[in-house]
Amino acid sequence: MGDGGVEAAYIPPLLEVMDLSLEFRTRSGTVHALQGINLSVERGETVGIVGESGSGKSVLSFAILRILDASARVTSGTVSFAGMDMLAASEHALREVRGREISMIFQNPRTALNPIRRVGKQIEDVLGTHTSTLRADMKQRAIEALAGVRIPDPERRYHAYPFELSGGQCQRVMIALALACSPQLLIADEPTTGLDVTTQAAIMTLASGLARERRMATILITHDLALASEYCDRIVVMHAGHVVETAPTAELFRHPRHPYTARLIASTPGPTQGIDTLSSIPGNLPDLRRGDLPSCRFHARCDRAKDDCVSRPLPSLPVRCLYPL
Amino acid sequence: MVLKRLLGAIPNVIGVVIVTFLLTRALPGDPAAYFAGPAATKEAIEQVRATLGLDKSVPQQFVLYLKDLARGNLGNSLSTGQPVLTEIRQRLPASLELTLCGLVLAMVIAIPLGVLAATRPGSWVDHLCRMLATAGVSLPTFFTGLLLAYVFYFLLGVAPSPLGRVDVTFSAPPTVTGLYLVDSLLARDGELFRAAAAQIVLPAVTLGLFVMAPLMRMTRASMLGVLSSEFIRTARASGLSPGKVLYGYAFRNAMLPIVTTLGMVFSFLLGSNVLVEKVFAWPGIGSYVIEALVSSDYAPVQGFVLTMALVYVALNLAIDVLYVLIDPRVSVDG
Amino acid sequence: MNATLRHVRYVATENPVTLGAFLLFSFFVLLALLGPWIAPYDALASNTEAALKPPSAAHWFGTDSLGRDILSRIVVAARLDFGIAVSAVAASFAIGSALGALAGFFGGWADRIIGRVADTIMAFPLFVLAMGIVAALGNTVANIVLATAIINLPFYIRVARAEVNVRRNAGYVEAARLAGNSDLRVLALHVFPNVLPPMMVQISLNMGWAILNAAGLSFIGLGVRPPQAEWGIMVAEGATYIISGEWWVALFPGAVLMLAVFTFNLLGDGLRDIMDPRMRT
Repeated sequence: MGDGGVEAAYIPPLLEVMDLSLEFRTRSGTVHALQGINLSVERGETVGIVGESGSGKSVLSFAILRILDASARVTSGTVSFAGMDMLAASEHALREVRGREISMIFQNPRTALNPIRRVGKQIEDVLGTHTSTLRADMKQRAIEALAGVRIPDPERRYHAYPFELSGGQCQRVMIALALACSPQLLIADEPTTGLDVTTQAAIMTLASGLARERRMATILITHDLALASEYCDRIVVMHAGHVVETAPTAELFRHPRHPYTARLIASTPGPTQGIDTLSSIPGNLPDLRRGDLPSCRFHARCDRAKDDCVSRPLPSLPVRCLYPL
Repeated sequence: MVLKRLLGAIPNVIGVVIVTFLLTRALPGDPAAYFAGPAATKEAIEQVRATLGLDKSVPQQFVLYLKDLARGNLGNSLSTGQPVLTEIRQRLPASLELTLCGLVLAMVIAIPLGVLAATRPGSWVDHLCRMLATAGVSLPTFFTGLLLAYVFYFLLGVAPSPLGRVDVTFSAPPTVTGLYLVDSLLARDGELFRAAAAQIVLPAVTLGLFVMAPLMRMTRASMLGVLSSEFIRTARASGLSPGKVLYGYAFRNAMLPIVTTLGMVFSFLLGSNVLVEKVFAWPGIGSYVIEALVSSDYAPVQGFVLTMALVYVALNLAIDVLYVLIDPRVSVDG
Repeated sequence: MNATLRHVRYVATENPVTLGAFLLFSFFVLLALLGPWIAPYDALASNTEAALKPPSAAHWFGTDSLGRDILSRIVVAARLDFGIAVSAVAASFAIGSALGALAGFFGGWADRIIGRVADTIMAFPLFVLAMGIVAALGNTVANIVLATAIINLPFYIRVARAEVNVRRNAGYVEAARLAGNSDLRVLALHVFPNVLPPMMVQISLNMGWAILNAAGLSFIGLGVRPPQAEWGIMVAEGATYIISGEWWVALFPGAVLMLAVFTFNLLGDGLRDIMDPRMRT
C-alpha cells in the first residue's frame, strides 16, 4: 500500500490495558469492580482518568501495579507495560518495576508516608532498593531529590518526620520518592484532594513540570474534572467499573459524546457558574455485587436510555454508548 | 521530656505509699496484735504498740511511717528476727531473674507468632494462634507449673528437681548482679550456668505461658492494623523488598501498642511470680511472703506489697520512657 | 427481636465453638446451683481408711489425703468459686461503671478524682494488691470477694468512662436534656443502657479472671481455709502429692478450674462476635 514512502515506525504505547476485567471476592458477594477496561498511555503523555468515587479509577491503577490484596482476581484481559506482561510477571519482576519504572503517588500524603521514619530515610529506602547508589552518596541524592521538588531548606527537611511537615510538603516528599529513580510512568491517585487550592496549583504545576522535563508519562486520577482539563492531554471517563469514553481534552469538553460525560461536565462548577445553575447526576452507582448487571451500567441513571441498553453489547471505544450524543 | 514522665510517676508512688499505710494501720482489730504475732503476750503487744507508735493519732502515725520508709526501716520479721529490708534485698534478685526470663521467653514466642498470624490471616496458623491466645489466659499459673513439673520431672525425668535455683551440689556464683545466669557467665563457670539455666526453665515457662496470650493477641491485632494502612501501600508501590516492608516499616509501627501492653504484662508477671515461686520452691520474695503469711508474720507482707508496687511503678516508668523514645510523634512536653 | 435471634443463630452455627462454650457455661451454672444435692458424697466427710485412693468406680476422681471424695468436693467447690466470681464481678461492675459513667459524663473534678483512684489501684500489680488486702483484712471468703472487686474496679471505670464520653454529645442525649431531664436522669436512663452491650463482653472475660484470682489466693493460703472445698485450695492440697505419684488429687480440681475459666473466655469471645464482628481480635 502507498507509494513506497517511508512508513512511520509503529511505536507501541508505553502502557496498554486490554479488555481487563477484575472482581473482588468478599463476604457479601463477588464485586465486579472492573469490566472490559481498555486504556493506553503513550510515552510522555498525560492521561486523566475521571469519574465519581467508586467508579474503579483507583482499583484500575492498583491493578496495573498489582498491589491489590489477595481477594482481587483478574478474570480476563492483559496489562502490558513497555512490552512486559504485568499480569503474568513474577512478584520479583514486579518489584523491579514498582518505584523504578512505574511510580505512584497517593491521596492523603501525610498518612501515605511512614509516620515514624524521617523523610530523608524513606527516600533513601527507595534509592537503596532500586539503584546502586553508594551508602556515602545516599544522603546527598536524597537531599537532591528533595531540592528537585522545590522543598525549601532540603538539608534540614531531610531529617524531618512527616508529622512535622505540611500537607503540601508531604506531597512534595511523595513526589520526590516517586521520581527518585526516574520512572517512565507516574500514576497520581487524587494527589491534590485534601490540599487547599493554592497548594493544589503548586503541586500540579510541579508535577506536570517535572513530567515534561523528564518526558515521563503520567496518569492523573481525579474526580475533579476542572483539574483534569487543565493538566491532561487526553481524558478517560470511567463509570461503575467501565471506561465509557476517551478523547483528547479539548475535544471532550467541546463535544462530549457519552451522556455520562455530558452530565459530569455539566455538574462541574466553572468560574462563571453559580451553584443554582449546576445540575447533578441522579441516582447512585449500581451495586456491583449483582449477578445481573446490565450491559451499560449507566442505564438506570441515563435519560437517553432505551430498552436494548440493558442487553446489547456496547460498541468499543472511543465512546461506549449505543446512542451517543 | 523524660523528666516529665518521672514527675508523672510521683503521684503513683504517693498513692502506693498511702495505700500500703492504710492496709496496715486501718486493719480491723488491733494492729499491734498483728505485728506482735499470734504468740505474743499482752506486754509484748503493748511494747509493739509503743515502738510502732500505734497509740498515736492516724496522721501522726503516717508521718512516722514516712520517716521509717525514708530510713529504709520496714520492720523486722518475727520468724527470723531479721530486718525485712535486708531479707527482701537478698531475695529480690531471684524473683527479678525469674520474671525477666519469663518475659523474654514469652516475647520470643508470642511476637513472631503474632506477626506470622497477621501476615497469613484466616490460615491455620492464624486460627491456631487465636485458640492458643484464648487457652493461654485460661491457664491457672500454679496448675500449669505443677503439670509441667509432673510431666517433665516426674514422668519424663528431663527436668531437674524443682527445688530452687541450682542443684544442691552446686554453690551460688559470686554475687555481681544477683542473677545467677549473668553471674555464672561473668565468673566463666559454664557448668554452673547450665545448672542454673536448667533450674530456671520450667518456672520461666510457667510464668511466660500466661502472658504469651495477650502479647500474641496484641501483636497480631497491631500488625493487622498496620499492614492495612496507607503507608504500607506506598512502601509496596515503591517496590521495597518484603523484608523491609514487614520489619522496617510494618513491625516498627506495630511495636508501639505492644510496648503499651507490656504494662499489663508486668502486672501479671509480678503477681504470678508468687504462685510460681511456691510451686518450684524458688527462693525469691514470693516464697518469702508465703512463709510469712503462714506464720502470721505481718511486717514482711507489708514490705512485700510495698516493694512489688514500687518495682512495678519503676517498670511502668521505663515502659513510658521507652515509648517516648520509639515514637517521635509524642510531643516534647508529653 | 427477630433480627437479634437470627443473628444469634447465625453466630451459633457459624461458630460451633461459641455454642459449645454456652453449653459448658450452662452446665457449670447448673453445677453451681445444684452442687450439694448432686454430689455423690459429703464433701467434708473424711474417711482416713480410704485416703489417697486412685480413681475408681466408687470414687470417679479418687480421694484426697483425708479420704474425702474428690469429685464431690469439686462439685461443691463450683458453687463457692462461682459465687465468689459472680459477687466480685457484680460489685465491681456496679460500682466501677457508675463511677466511670459519672467521670465520663460530668468531667471536671469528678473525672480527676475518680481517675486518681483508678490510677492508684492500677499502680499495684493487681494480684499483689489482692494479697495485701486479704492479708490485712483477714482470711475470709468475703475478703476475697472484696479484694477481687477492688482490683477489678479500674477496668470498669475506664470502659464506662470511655463509652459514656463517646455518647455524651449524641443527638438523643441532647434531646433528652432539652425535654427537661436532669443530667443525672439523662445519664442513668438514656446513656447508660446504651453502654451496657459492650460491657457484657468485658464482664464475661472478667469472670474467668476473677475465678483465677480467687483460686490463686487460696492456693497460697489466703482466703479460703480448710476444710472448705475450693478449686485453688484443692490444687494446693494436692501439690505435695503430685511428686510422689498421686496425681489425681491436684489434677482434677485444676483441670475443672481451667475448663471453667476457658468457658468464660470463649463465651466472652462469642459475645464479642455477636455484638460486633468487627471487634474480633
